[in-house]
Amino acid sequence: MGEQAAAVIGTGQTRHTTKRHDVSIAGLCREAVDRALADANMDIADIDAVVLGKAPDLFEGVMMPELALSDAIGATGKPMMRVHTAGSVGGSTANVAANLVRSGTHRRVLAIAFEKQSESNAMWALSIAVPFNMPVNAGAGGYFAPHVRSYIRRSGAPEEIGARVAVKDRRNGVRNEFAHLRQPDITLESVQASTMLWDPIRFDETCPSSDGAAAVVITDEHSAGKRAAWIHATAMRTEPTTYSGRDQVNPRAGRDAAAALWRDAGITDPLSEVDVAEIYVPFSWFEPMWLENLGFAEEGKGWVLTEAGETEPTGRLPVNPSGGVLCSNPIGASGMVRFAEAAMQVMGSAGEHQVDGARTALGHAYGGGSQYFSMWLVRSEKP
Amino acid sequence: MLSAPLEPGFDYTRSYGPLLGRFAAGLRACRILGARGADGKVHVPAVEYDPETAAALSELVPVSPTGTVRTWSWQSAPLSGQPLEQPFAWALIQLDGADTAMLHAVEAPGPEAMRTGMRVHARWAAERRGAITDIACFVPGEGPDERGELPEVPDAVEEMLTSPIHLSYMHSASPQESTYLRELAEGRVVGMRCPVCRKVYVPPRGACPVDGVPTEEEVELGDNATITTFCVVNVPFPGQRIKPPYVCAYILLDGADIPFLHIVLGCAASEVRMGMRVRAAWKPREEWTTNLANIDHFTPNGEPDAPFESYAHHL
Ligand SMILES: [Zn+2]
Repeated sequence: MGEQAAAVIGTGQTRHTTKRHDVSIAGLCREAVDRALADANMDIADIDAVVLGKAPDLFEGVMMPELALSDAIGATGKPMMRVHTAGSVGGSTANVAANLVRSGTHRRVLAIAFEKQSESNAMWALSIAVPFNMPVNAGAGGYFAPHVRSYIRRSGAPEEIGARVAVKDRRNGVRNEFAHLRQPDITLESVQASTMLWDPIRFDETCPSSDGAAAVVITDEHSAGKRAAWIHATAMRTEPTTYSGRDQVNPRAGRDAAAALWRDAGITDPLSEVDVAEIYVPFSWFEPMWLENLGFAEEGKGWVLTEAGETEPTGRLPVNPSGGVLCSNPIGASGMVRFAEAAMQVMGSAGEHQVDGARTALGHAYGGGSQYFSMWLVRSEKP
Repeated sequence: MLSAPLEPGFDYTRSYGPLLGRFAAGLRACRILGARGADGKVHVPAVEYDPETAAALSELVPVSPTGTVRTWSWQSAPLSGQPLEQPFAWALIQLDGADTAMLHAVEAPGPEAMRTGMRVHARWAAERRGAITDIACFVPGEGPDERGELPEVPDAVEEMLTSPIHLSYMHSASPQESTYLRELAEGRVVGMRCPVCRKVYVPPRGACPVDGVPTEEEVELGDNATITTFCVVNVPFPGQRIKPPYVCAYILLDGADIPFLHIVLGCAASEVRMGMRVRAAWKPREEWTTNLANIDHFTPNGEPDAPFESYAHHL
């Protein structure tokens, strides 16, 4: 079996929101699955294999949820696997599904990822005090805030860059029917006036807690019609959370994954060649940080693109026209939402937040203590 | 090697969705409902999606609280949280009117009273909350079959179920970390040097993350340190041990090659800086245990700030 061309032919997501008390976890997943299948003009019976992505089990307190969910996601009697790479898992799940098709193992694969944050408390789950250590952990924001401070110090970025990203993404969310937060009236001043949660990260620069799910249908070229997002490259890299001399601001795993992605997609100048990027930005400062890590800007200069408005929907590289993680964060699904949004852009199905003429798009996700990275590059043209 | 209990717990808040919500409401009303599958089979407990076709199911039908044991095993020493405190049987019970068997507990005087094919019926909990535990257990013998007397299906829907989950682990420190913790109990911070890259890790590691070999050579570190970076935690959350606001800082002890997280007191949070020089403020000696919390906090030591270049590679 040689390498097969693979394409996204259907995407689906739920309307992300704080509490989906009207559905079970299975019902939430099924909503996304039904929408992705309808978008792909397929039935569950058409699917050959299912890949499920899910962040830590402690988030919902359900061990191995893929077993209980197999009926809901149409996996009974089919090959099914679960992927777990913390917050990047939605992206990794899409990549695993893509590679099952590219390798020729399966022809039509359904990938699904979810989080139902209302069933638990992620801050609690991420701050379990381990014996013998100082109980200083304070959730994801507490983990990332010192590294954001390091970025600001290293790059010399103006203080309002974080607020600028928040304003852009929240306004973008207004044009996305699936976004959790939609804040048309948000301003630089209102963001800067919001509560400092983990100094230097403010409330309005922080993602919400969302219930949500996302799904994509990936097929080989025999099943793909004209409307498809062709997967030109996927990349994943991992590194330890801590080691002496680790660069927490610009982690090597992310740089290496991006370099591999651009190489495999034949891209030499990402800023010129990519039309739109959906980047995993749970705290606003991560936009400039990841612009550098991904190679869209040289180190220390990511904020210049943000400040110049180049990441606005009308800019040179629109970043998160969907509103991104800052508008919706169903953790386990957030990476897949990025990947699905990238596919939607090149399929021309992004609705009101469609970037005109988008033909090449990046989907990106990271997880853990910036230790897992996954990304894909999709295009409207076949490889 | 040192070990200590680690017992995370949380009251998870489940939402049932429409179909399981009606199943749970039935239990609260002492009724057992099954979901009718695409092929007509009745699944008990109710399932939201057909196990054969994955179709979303919606029809619920009452089944009898009496059924037949299809297989069983004996729980001779019940654990906390299980349905009964005295020894009991776990059984797969096919209720009359159902096509599948459900797992539940059967109260019996001993394993000799259990057999496959025996008839059992539900005993309801005195206080019901819309959960499978509303059936306290099953007991031997026929029960009343009230299917004909009761309305078809109750209208009520349960929305939520609080589900407390508590885990009990014994957390073990590695041999290298145990050495470091015993030194901490004596008021010393001891790191270990990797034999390959020569970096000093504190706490020491069972394996250097770069070279994969155990850190070995002990290196005693002093009380003075540099803050590489930090944040100010203003957010309260469940299970939090330190009352916010507090400064959570990466502390790079002099002589160490990796920082650890600790808190900074002794000056206003707004005065804390990257590069600030600090020293360990130890708790009174009688409070020392094998824990990094023997150092109560770090506090400014009055030295000039460390130059950025001296710690930039630790960010
Ligand atoms: Zn080493």
